[in-house]
Amino acid sequence: MPEYTSDEMMTVAAARMLRNGTVCFVGIGLPSAAANLARLTHAPDAVLIYESGPIGTKPAVLPLSIGDGELAETADTVVPLAEIFSYWLTGGRIDIGFLGGAQIDRFANLNTTVIGDYHKPSVRLPGAGGAPEIATSAKEVLITLRQNKRAFVEKVDFVTSAGHLDGGDARQRMGFPGKGPTAVITDLGILTPDPATKELTLTSIHPGVAVGRVVESTGWALKVSPQLTATEAPSADELRVLRGLNERTARAHAGQA
Amino acid sequence: MVHDGDIVALEGFTHLIPFAAGHEIIRQGRHNLTLIRLTPDLIYDQLIGSGCASKLIFSWGGNPGVGSLHRLRDAVENNWPAPLAIEEHDHAGMAAAYAAGAANLPFGLLRGYLGTDLPKYNSRIKFIECPFTGERLAAVPAIRPDVSVIHAQKADRRGNVLMWGVVGVQKEAVLAARRAIVTVEEIVDRLDAAPNAVVLPSWVVGAVSEVKGGAFPSYAQGYYSRNNAFYKQWDQISREREEFQAWMERHVMGTKDFEGFRRSLDQVASHA
Repeated sequence: MPEYTSDEMMTVAAARMLRNGTVCFVGIGLPSAAANLARLTHAPDAVLIYESGPIGTKPAVLPLSIGDGELAETADTVVPLAEIFSYWLTGGRIDIGFLGGAQIDRFANLNTTVIGDYHKPSVRLPGAGGAPEIATSAKEVLITLRQNKRAFVEKVDFVTSAGHLDGGDARQRMGFPGKGPTAVITDLGILTPDPATKELTLTSIHPGVAVGRVVESTGWALKVSPQLTATEAPSADELRVLRGLNERTARAHAGQA
Repeated sequence: MVHDGDIVALEGFTHLIPFAAGHEIIRQGRHNLTLIRLTPDLIYDQLIGSGCASKLIFSWGGNPGVGSLHRLRDAVENNWPAPLAIEEHDHAGMAAAYAAGAANLPFGLLRGYLGTDLPKYNSRIKFIECPFTGERLAAVPAIRPDVSVIHAQKADRRGNVLMWGVVGVQKEAVLAARRAIVTVEEIVDRLDAAPNAVVLPSWVVGAVSEVKGGAFPSYAQGYYSRNNAFYKQWDQISREREEFQAWMERHVMGTKDFEGFRRSLDQVASHA
């Protein structure tokens, strides 16, 4: 079996969640890596959309920013911002929203705004960007981020993007168009919302990771599914494609100082 | 065309960011500006760190793919070099607000801000009921800058402006503003624009100026690519107040124009 890092496992596991042919609104960073790995492996017909306006983009290297020229050059079309958010996102044409975040809570609410008090933050994060509407308007939301106690908290300090709010049928009661987060893919395993309570539950664990470690890396009393499965390790092919993508990206971003 | 106390929008979403024009605002020592931009980016980090701004209206305040905007954070967290009021939105809300401004409507309407805490901290995000279906929708006041500044690829000699690629909210920003300033990569005899190209007719543009490379370190599609390495270097340059000030003094205040700025950066690179 090939050797791999926990970050590679996370990206591969996240990529596998993206079905071929789906229309995916992609966040920058880890989601962008996973979505493009999916496109370069099992999902060649996935339609990738970035908030800067490119629709059906096929970048050869990962963008550093959400609006790198590579995204526009390889897109089917590029539309203005007012249009990407109205006609395409909140217009209901997105199957999967793919998001990251700094903090997540047990109901998959995301925080990218502040750690601590809004007016006296201990850490001021970048803010919302396009995420709040992705989280509510995409038919389904996938989230990927590294798992540790600082990121996985009982309650987020600020709800930037709504997950399942306080759980249960809260989203339906609020009348949100999309059904919200369906999986959180981390470097340790995969968490999915309980069908009734919507509390994030460990349902798949990556090879070589102990359940105790996942529990210890979570800021609430993490429930573990009785049907816990083992994530399949990355294949040689998945690793080859991911590493190729990462190498091309590193070369491209190091250029011209 | 930019005065102290103005509401100013320098737009360009990652692409075509008007750095040259921003530097000129800093050189002229403008103060008390209300700055509007979806993504403040390095250019507002420089304006804020130089003490030009008293308020920022924005929706995503980071260095894309790199981390924080340190000068923005220092202003928000420590009031340095001056207190900075913030009005925080998300991208969909800002885009709707610009479109409303361009349409001379009082507010932008969107199926947005659902479930987020932003409206708790920004009283200018409201909710209204659709008079036909009863659906709860978000409303944000139109953006109407005193001055909007953008960078584009081309203008012709009459002042018609052409841009392509990621076009963001530039057209809306120009149409929403009282005055509009455009810098371009080149002024040409004929635009040769396709009928549906993004063209701003000369009569909605107040001034056009040719500044080659004027979007550096962002990019101009068809001319040069984004200098991602500089965006990474900015993290170090901007981290401490002293280093930031020395850099601004040497490369922006110590140069006459954008050409001089680029030359002074090249000198540092050749001695490295």
